[in-house]
Amino acid sequence: MTTVAPELPRSASERRSAIAGVNPVAKLGASLLLALVLILTIDWVSASVALACELVLFMWAGLTLKVFFVRTALVWIAAPAAGLTTLLYGQAAGTVHWSFGLVLVTDGSIELAVATVLRVLAIGLPAVVLFITIDPTDLADGLGQVAKLPARFVLGGLAGLRMVGLFLDDWRALELARRARGIGDSGAIRRFFNQAFALLVLSIRRGSKLATAMEARGFGAPIERTWARESTFGRREWALLTVGLAIALLAVTVSVATGQWNFVLA
Amino acid sequence: MPPDTALSGPVAGVSIDANGWGWRHAGRRAWAVSNLDLRIEPGERVLLLGASGSGKSTLVHALAGVLGGDEEGEHSGRLLIDGGEPGQARGRVGLLLQDPDSQVILARVGDDVAFGCENLGVPRAEIWRRVEASLRMVGLNLPLNHPTSALSGGQKQRLALAGVLAMRPGLLLLDEPTANLDPEGVQEVRDSVARVLDQSEATFLVIEHRVSIWQDLVNRVVVLDRNGGVLADGPPGDVLARQGEHLAESGVWVPGVPHVLPDRRRTTSTSEPLLRTDSLAIARSAERVVATGIELQIRSGTAVAITGPNGAGKSTLALTLAGLLTPSSGRVVASREFAHHAAGDPIRWKSRDLLTRIGTVFQDPEHQLIAPTVRAELAVGPRALGLTDAVITSRVDELLGRLRLDHLADANPFTLSGGEKRRLSVGTVLATQPGLLVLDEPTFGQDFRTWREIVRLLGELIDGGTAVVAVSHDADFVAALADEEYRLPHVDRAPVKVASR
Repeated sequence: MTTVAPELPRSASERRSAIAGVNPVAKLGASLLLALVLILTIDWVSASVALACELVLFMWAGLTLKVFFVRTALVWIAAPAAGLTTLLYGQAAGTVHWSFGLVLVTDGSIELAVATVLRVLAIGLPAVVLFITIDPTDLADGLGQVAKLPARFVLGGLAGLRMVGLFLDDWRALELARRARGIGDSGAIRRFFNQAFALLVLSIRRGSKLATAMEARGFGAPIERTWARESTFGRREWALLTVGLAIALLAVTVSVATGQWNFVLA
Repeated sequence: MPPDTALSGPVAGVSIDANGWGWRHAGRRAWAVSNLDLRIEPGERVLLLGASGSGKSTLVHALAGVLGGDEEGEHSGRLLIDGGEPGQARGRVGLLLQDPDSQVILARVGDDVAFGCENLGVPRAEIWRRVEASLRMVGLNLPLNHPTSALSGGQKQRLALAGVLAMRPGLLLLDEPTANLDPEGVQEVRDSVARVLDQSEATFLVIEHRVSIWQDLVNRVVVLDRNGGVLADGPPGDVLARQGEHLAESGVWVPGVPHVLPDRRRTTSTSEPLLRTDSLAIARSAERVVATGIELQIRSGTAVAITGPNGAGKSTLALTLAGLLTPSSGRVVASREFAHHAAGDPIRWKSRDLLTRIGTVFQDPEHQLIAPTVRAELAVGPRALGLTDAVITSRVDELLGRLRLDHLADANPFTLSGGEKRRLSVGTVLATQPGLLVLDEPTFGQDFRTWREIVRLLGELIDGGTAVVAVSHDADFVAALADEEYRLPHVDRAPVKVASR
């Protein structure tokens, strides 16, 4: 029997949505799969097909529209920004619509820009949607047990992640202390670097204290480690990977069939 | 089967043997510990005392097997746990450290307690049985998925203790486990340990300079000698009676040894206040108001202590008075005389204008240290004021002597001990002779000697006309210095949203 006696800790978000309980390794794998295929080509067809499929699947992600747009806001800003850059400076081809100095808007750059916007959305949106439902502890469990990455590396990273909040507090205190010490009036850039260095020193000290505490709890002992939380990779995980692969293959197929496929490495 | 038997009963205490043992950290000339001969029997409960620098922590870290290998330092003699090397005894030894923040390893309470068991290869079902039992033992009645970031200092220490207990150690080592806690947290941790010892046969060794906390829980006191070896060893009553004076002199808080302090010359000052607050509300960040309706007056030559429970906003109030945090509403108003040429309220003053007016000593000295040497650190303020080299040198020399830091003038501030860092952080502020000193927990975690020095120094300054505002949990400190106590009420943990201004 491999069941665990007490109810396993679950983060609040996990109970709400269908994909939240899926092993983070599968989510990571599905996002990577999509991204890998979509960066092999720059055309608007493959990205549109992938994006259309994804938008349908987001319905099952259990996110409200508000949460969805708040969390993916960065992607919605990044996509048009990348598109605009491509529009103005992208490879020129076909009719020139507008030019100003180095800026050259052509048929070619318009097409590239559209493809870029769609691509950023098609890669970024699923990555964010899958990742916001990932609990770091579950990810570490998955990487250690399913992906078989070294426990030392995975758990060290996980423990380090927890210190980020402390660093933010430190940064604030360092800032106030510099004002209190009479050196807060000028030389903002130099002060920034000085403060960044102080933060580095503090974080190394915090890190080494944490390492001692972990070592004192047997971390790194030459014993085969057990895992308190089982990380399983079953039907749901394979299903998610399959969906990712299916979207990628569909995007490629349609793109090749319509003659739009344009292999970046070719 | 009652689950607590998973932790008590079968775990036998271990023995400790030191034969001429010593340790020297890599790159140091002096030995941290030398010529130590000591035998501790299984199940003994020992309080380990000694002046700072006598190597208590080094010994405890060595016993826990976390001193590191040959590249970290060299050893002499032998140190054995149950006849074997400490490094081989992983899991037999549990270590609880001082800093609550750096002992929380994982994000959820249950996972954090389970961490040690996982590393020792304990089967999964057994891990969760132990987790529940250990949490019950330390009295943390929280759901297993409770976020560890939401715990108080005392709770974090009890969580770490539970994590240690779940490994079922035969030796329980505590390295100043309550030094960074408020009085409530100290009591929590002490009571948890008492409960654990009631049910356990483990050998117990605690380092602590506040003797009264552990006195009743131990049956032996060992005092390490700064010059190597053991200075005193025996039942607590005997050792404290024979060595009490000496221990107090070296920084240990010995119950019954009175701390003789010169009385403050308390006068009821009626002068115009340097600072007053005007229906002040304070906030840690823009949308988290912690206290409102604060009316305070701060006069020269007097001390105001800010007290209150954790999270009540004591530090926030101090930093707001110090002109470092912006009030969320209301004002901190400086008298015309105190402001001198600086315009507006203190938060509007230039950083340099604060130097001669308000000096702030932060809770963590490391946040305010910015120079490569102690001497340069003390000179930062005077230099920002544009004083001449001659004046700077004389001020710095005077402070080095007064704070007993002269032998460390060229040392890097980060390498100083806790007490030395505290004295230095006070010194950096005194160097520009401000009219108001704002201190955040100036006696936190300090040994008796540093405590006494800080109280004396502040007493002299106040009697000399300086105004002092100090945040403190330390009832002795407040009693010794404060003319007035301003107690912030308890606030709910839930942040209060401010209407946008």
